[in-house]
Parts: sequence; C-alpha cells; structure tokens
Amino acid sequence: MKTFWGYRRANGKVGARNHVAIIPLDDLSNAAAVAVSHVIQGTMALPHPYGRLQFGADLELFFRTMIGTGRNPNIAAAVVIGIEPNWTRKLAEGIAETGKPVAWFAIERSGDLATIEKASRQAKEFVHYASELRREEVALSELVVSIKCGESDTTSGLAANPTVGRVVERLLAANATVIFGETTELTGGEDIVAGRMKTPAAREHFLKVFDNYARLIEQEGADLLGSQPTQGNIIGGLTTIEEKALGNIQKIGRAQVDGVLEPAEAVPGKGLYFMDSSSAAAEAVTLYAAGGAVVHLFPTGQGNVIGNPVIPVIKLSGNPITVSTMAEHIDVDVTGLLALTKTLDQAADDLLDMLLRTANGRYTAAEVLGHKEFVLTKLFRSA
Amino acid sequence: MAYKFLIHEPGDAVGVAVSDIQAGEKVAGTYLHDHSQSVEVVARQDIPLGHKIALAAVPDKGKVVKYGVVIGAATKPIAVGEHVHVHNLKSLRWGK
Repeated sequence: MKTFWGYRRANGKVGARNHVAIIPLDDLSNAAAVAVSHVIQGTMALPHPYGRLQFGADLELFFRTMIGTGRNPNIAAAVVIGIEPNWTRKLAEGIAETGKPVAWFAIERSGDLATIEKASRQAKEFVHYASELRREEVALSELVVSIKCGESDTTSGLAANPTVGRVVERLLAANATVIFGETTELTGGEDIVAGRMKTPAAREHFLKVFDNYARLIEQEGADLLGSQPTQGNIIGGLTTIEEKALGNIQKIGRAQVDGVLEPAEAVPGKGLYFMDSSSAAAEAVTLYAAGGAVVHLFPTGQGNVIGNPVIPVIKLSGNPITVSTMAEHIDVDVTGLLALTKTLDQAADDLLDMLLRTANGRYTAAEVLGHKEFVLTKLFRSA
Repeated sequence: MAYKFLIHEPGDAVGVAVSDIQAGEKVAGTYLHDHSQSVEVVARQDIPLGHKIALAAVPDKGKVVKYGVVIGAATKPIAVGEHVHVHNLKSLRWGK
C-alpha cells in the first residue's frame, strides 16, 4: 500500500504544499496583495486581471475559481484583499468553509497603505501558524492529481502520454482521484471518451459539454476543426485530428470515467473526472487546482514550460531533443520508451516515484524556476 | 537488429518510426506494450522519426487503424512499407 506525506487540513483534505496565500479579489487589489507578499516572508500573492463588473455565468466561474483556489488543500491559510467589502467577504467566506484560517481586508475607506499594514500583520500570524504544521503519512487514496499535456508531438502519444495513462490506472486502482479535461483537444476522439463514461448520465453530460464547445466554434465562424492537426503536428508526423485526439486520450490509459465537472467545480469524490476546460495549459491547470488537484502531471513533446503557484506541475517528455535542449524543465525523462531501453511499466514506475516525491515536498522544475502561471478562464467580456 | 518503429496495439495498420528510416531499408519494430514480439517490413520510402510506416496493405478508401482505433481512411491504395501521411490518409471527420 503506497503512502505519501501531506498536510491534513481541517476539512480532512490533504495538501502537498503549505502556502500562505495573499489573494486579491480583483485587479485593483493586486498591488496591495503583492506588497504584502514582499513584506511578509513565506507568503505568496496570486495576482490576476479580473474581478470587476463580471456577470452571469462568467461571474459564477470567477468566484468558483477564486474560492476553489483558496480552498485548495495546498493552501494552509489565506488573506483576501479586495477593493470593496461585499465581494471580498464573499470570497473569504467561501474559503473559510474549509475551516482553514482566512482573513479579509477591503481597501475602500482605508487606502492601500493601511490595508497593506493590517493584512501584513495578519499574514505574519498565518505564517507562524503554517510553519508549525507538520506533514503526516497518508494513503495514496488521499491524493488528487490532475493531468494535461502541452506542446504535444508524436512522441507524446508514444511515450509521455501512455506513461501518464499507466500511472492514472495505478492511482485509480489505489482509490485516488484524477482530473482531466481539454475539451477542445478531444475532437476526433470524443466518442471514445464518451464510451468510457461509467453511467449514461455522465455520458450525456460529456456529450453536451462537447457539443456546446463545437457550437461555440461554429458561432464564431472559426474553422478550427479544419485547421487541426496544425502544420507543426503534420511536420512531426501527425496526420488526422482523430490521431491527435487519440494521442491525447492515452493520458487516461484504459480507465473509465466517473463523472463530468463544470470548469473549476470541486471534485465530488474519488475516481476519474472530466472537467470542461480550455486546452491552454495555464488556464486548464488553474481550473484543476480550483477543483481540488494538489499535484499536476504535464507530459510535453516540444517543451511547454508552464507552472502553477498553488500546485506543483511535474513535466515529463519522451522527445530526446526536448530533454537535452530544455533539460532544466523536465522532471521525468521517458525517452527510454523510444530508445526501447524501458518498458511502459518501468517509465510509469519512474513517474509514480516522482509524483510521490513531489507530493512529499520535492520542488518541481517549474517551482524552482519560478513558474507561477495563475490564469483565470473568462467566458465573455465584463459589463 | 535494433527496433526502428513501435506499434501501439496489435492489429494496427501502421507503426511509428522511433528513428529515421531509409527507403529500401529492412526494419523491425515491436509493440509498445510488449517488446517480446517483433514485426519486419521493408521501407518503400524514407520515413522520419515520428512518422508512420504501413504494416498492412490498405485499399483505396480503406480504414487505417492506429491505437486500435480508426484514425482515417486511405485516399489511394497503401502498400506494406509505405510512408503513411497526408498524401495517402485523411480524416473521416470533416471530409476536407
């Protein structure tokens, strides 16, 4: 029975990191949040460009993402700063439901400087608190992992993605939780993913999400479907959109899917979940973290360098050129699959080992290199 | 002989070159999930790393299987050992 060492939070969820987050509600509060993170060592600000005059489904997604981010078990405590009190309190209260320490400060009637001072004094206490928390040994079933690939090429479908797929099979066998998504990049393989749904309800939900996306592309008059695979994909040997999607789907191995989530929706239980999400790396990982993932597996072909501030992003590649020219970005080298010096099970052993070491506290390449891409998905323009 | 291509699933019509293959070269490949079995073909064209080589003859309009799944249809007859790409394979999805 495999275990890892994580931080058990008040709501029972387990984190792989122990951040004290300074979360701005809106674009106007970024300056104060970043200032606090400079004054108080051991804190991390999460600046972003939105949170003003959003409405409808776009506003709902905004709050779901921000609250979900604050609730992530990798965050020990959070300070929320916003321009006005109402939405600021709403964000803080959504996070506080987890039982973790949260405080909020509004800038209006206070100004940046007084807000920075008050928030800094509170953040200091939170850092003292977080620094005394200790990791405990927990079952692998407590781990929530997200998966998404980027800058894919033919080596992705042959090496890095199947390696992730094998690890996903093992995680699910251990009763852990996995989130995948990339609605757009399943095009051509959506029938296969639909066929993996465990229930008719999940299957219908998935097909609805996929059709909504296809309709959006149609409404925009874009010929996205005709432009896939890209010229770069074709040079690399990918011929059809079905082939590209099948390479992508290797990441879930032979697993079946338990359910379908809205973007940033909290993962409801154990098992494998599809989350409706963009295929843009930073947007997708931000949504998965808001849904509760605490570690991300990121297979890449040509070398995507993405990271995330809240969850560690583990990179693996089977492309020998990428692994040699961008070595500092790659945590797990699976080129042995192409050289036939390793089997898929051996590559999966390597990746699972790195996953557990990362969950235990090892910094990933993206963390060490300072990649903190926190990118909110916006559905339409603000009022 | 070192393996020069990999096959995703038994029954796939194509393998994927894991190193550059020369026209006329007799090459062996094996399965991604099972290295104990091998397949040999003679390459009819140069096939770069990452590109597909035909392991079975496919008639015009015949379906091409990779990953155990149809990835498109032949736009002309494909012979064993041929390079399989946009010149002889197209998507079944949008008919472009």
